[in-house]
Amino acid sequence: MSHDATTTYVLRGVRPLGGERADVLLRDGVIARIEAQLPEADVPEEAVVVDGADLVALPGLVDLHTHLREPGREDTETIESGTRSAAAGGFTAVHAMANTTPVADTAGVVEQVWRIGRDAGWVDVHPVGAVSVGLAGEQLAELGAMAQSAARVRVFSDDGKCVWDPVLMRRALEYVKAFDGVVAQHAQEPRLTEGAQMNEGIVSAELGLAGWPAVAEEAIIARDVLLAEHVGSRLHVCHLSTAGSVEIVRWAKGRGIDVTAEVTPHHLVLTDEEARGYDPTFKVNPPLRTQADVEAVREGLADGTIDIVATDHAPHAREDKDCEWAAAAFGMTGLETALSVVQATMVDTGRLTWADVARVMSANPARIGRIDTGELAQGRPLAVGEPANLVLVDPAARRVVDGRAQETASANTPFAGRELPGRVVATFLRGRATVLDGAPVRDAAAVGGAR
Amino acid sequence: MKHLLSAADLTRAEAVHVLDTAAEMAATQSREIKKLPTLRGRTVVNLFFEDSTRTRISFETAAKRLSADVINFSAKGSSVSKGESLKDTALTLQAMGADAVVVRHQASGAPHLLAHAGWLDAAVVNAGDGTHQHPTQALLDAFTLRRHLAGDPALGATSGVGADLDGLHVAIVGDVLHSRVARSNLALLTTLGAHVTLVAPPTLVPVGVDTWPCEVSYDLDATLADGKPDAVMMLRVQRERMSSAGGGFFPSPLEYSRAYGLDARRLAILPEHTIVMHPGPMNRGLEISAEAADSPRAVIVEQVANGVAVRMAVLYLLLTGQHDATPVPVTTTTTRTEEAHA
Repeated sequence: MSHDATTTYVLRGVRPLGGERADVLLRDGVIARIEAQLPEADVPEEAVVVDGADLVALPGLVDLHTHLREPGREDTETIESGTRSAAAGGFTAVHAMANTTPVADTAGVVEQVWRIGRDAGWVDVHPVGAVSVGLAGEQLAELGAMAQSAARVRVFSDDGKCVWDPVLMRRALEYVKAFDGVVAQHAQEPRLTEGAQMNEGIVSAELGLAGWPAVAEEAIIARDVLLAEHVGSRLHVCHLSTAGSVEIVRWAKGRGIDVTAEVTPHHLVLTDEEARGYDPTFKVNPPLRTQADVEAVREGLADGTIDIVATDHAPHAREDKDCEWAAAAFGMTGLETALSVVQATMVDTGRLTWADVARVMSANPARIGRIDTGELAQGRPLAVGEPANLVLVDPAARRVVDGRAQETASANTPFAGRELPGRVVATFLRGRATVLDGAPVRDAAAVGGAR
Repeated sequence: MKHLLSAADLTRAEAVHVLDTAAEMAATQSREIKKLPTLRGRTVVNLFFEDSTRTRISFETAAKRLSADVINFSAKGSSVSKGESLKDTALTLQAMGADAVVVRHQASGAPHLLAHAGWLDAAVVNAGDGTHQHPTQALLDAFTLRRHLAGDPALGATSGVGADLDGLHVAIVGDVLHSRVARSNLALLTTLGAHVTLVAPPTLVPVGVDTWPCEVSYDLDATLADGKPDAVMMLRVQRERMSSAGGGFFPSPLEYSRAYGLDARRLAILPEHTIVMHPGPMNRGLEISAEAADSPRAVIVEQVANGVAVRMAVLYLLLTGQHDATPVPVTTTTTRTEEAHA
């Protein structure tokens, strides 16, 4: 059976946003009906019926922070493998970070990434444009050209590096106003973090690894919210990781500053204690912090100070993790574990409802990336007439993570061997199943390519 | 215990056992023929990613005195500088059949990785990793402390056998932030019952030190005068610390010496019995003056000699599996020595 955009699906007995059971009819790429029980007579003969009993239906997830590594490091991930991994994790759109080789700092590169993503067909790929030429932090990249390209870039980031020069940051914040863009800042004061290996604190002192102090993140966030206020711009804070950062963002929002913030799944659950085994799988930037920081970011996500969860999915070659801590690369994969970690840390603990999960993993990131309107709108409500971007999750399932069994081309997951709750059963991109029965639907991608 | 990675891994009984074994080894070293047949046929690899002539020679001497075959593998430049990766080096040593790998590496945790990554079956001895640990240095320092302060030094090598360091006060002075010697000694000396005061300018104390089982002082004179330490251990201050980020960790060598150097005046404040230690190599005139280094209280040269005995003990215990807390009878070693004579 083929699964293409013309297939009609009936999702039987799913729980939209974790609420009451309903039948959902997907037809012609949109949500055609949502009813407590769809009369048998109304089920089209050609429809594929998905038994969704007790599966939670969420709008397709949107990741604002994904490293797809292509162009340049196709040995660690390609746009195809990364977006397949995203679909398997319940995503229908990802923002591809700019730190590729060559850097996504021109209209040419972002259009290439956008086209390859479109042809792969697993999720919508929205390239992030670099703020500065070559991520060098010296001169603005051609932000306007990237915004006006076919890729319609709205999110700009030097992620991996901080836009450290306050003048450059100010100019970028001002400049993107012309096309309603946003600067997504990787907040890391470079001088305070020269050679830094892990969170600076009790554990780094014992392990003798150079410290990455919380203040190096907080100082940049504090500066940037004040800059955003001064020039009346929109600022997004990437992978916020410390209790102090949460407080600064809370203060800024209270003052009416137009700032949004993200937290990664790993900062919601892992701490610097993981470094004790010197396993570089746990080496990430910003580093894993303390239990108090984990508690603070959970609280910030629950009370809305932190707007979104974004994966910072960062695939790495085995040789870049199979070595001494200091020699290893920063980063961990996350697309296929993000929803499970959010369920474990926020839903199962009663701090977020499934409707809140839809907000922080779909609606909010789509709105920040300005992909929530138009023909390819993402992050929309589960309502009749909306694009049929959905994910079905079995919250009762439990699974042991195996990095090699994942769709991503790299195995550097920090959750290997750990049991996590929740399993993505199906993902639909504008009515087309990209994942069914927990497995990617290969012919779906081909159809996407022929679109 | 299959490996020696951190001084913090040793219990008090295990540490005392290593020191007692070292005392026996030291006793054999005053003989005309110093070599024991204990590790005949075993291969010890000295894997040094960082220059350290004195530590390497100490381990090499120790292994040779135990009749082991010794291979020196100098691998300057690790995967950091795009040389051979640590993993490939380990697999190579495994293929060559190393029984023990003594590793010195600039990356904290590299010995831990060698011991636990599954690349290598050999016993791993940490000979200094980054700013983390240098457990045999702590053991030789504890051995030296015990000989002078917990026994009767006149007895020579066997002074203090069986004892720990209960109630002793040791001041460790200098660049604590970057010092694996300080971390190792703090762990081992407190395990053995000693009380430690770390003395350093605030820039050279790590964030997070407040959880360490010691006192921290910024005032060397007060620590010497009021704390009346039984031993003062001076740490080497590396010259590169004066030119790193932010213009260095202290304003000038002169200011450092004035505040934290051990000189004749400070030597005079110390109690009569207090010993002066330094792991070497010394910066005379920076952290320690010539008067202090050459004074009768200084046991710095003896530390070097004790290093060989302690490393013999560690290699012996790891490679013969004699690492429970049952002391090896002195006679056993004597017998073996006699066999060697035969």
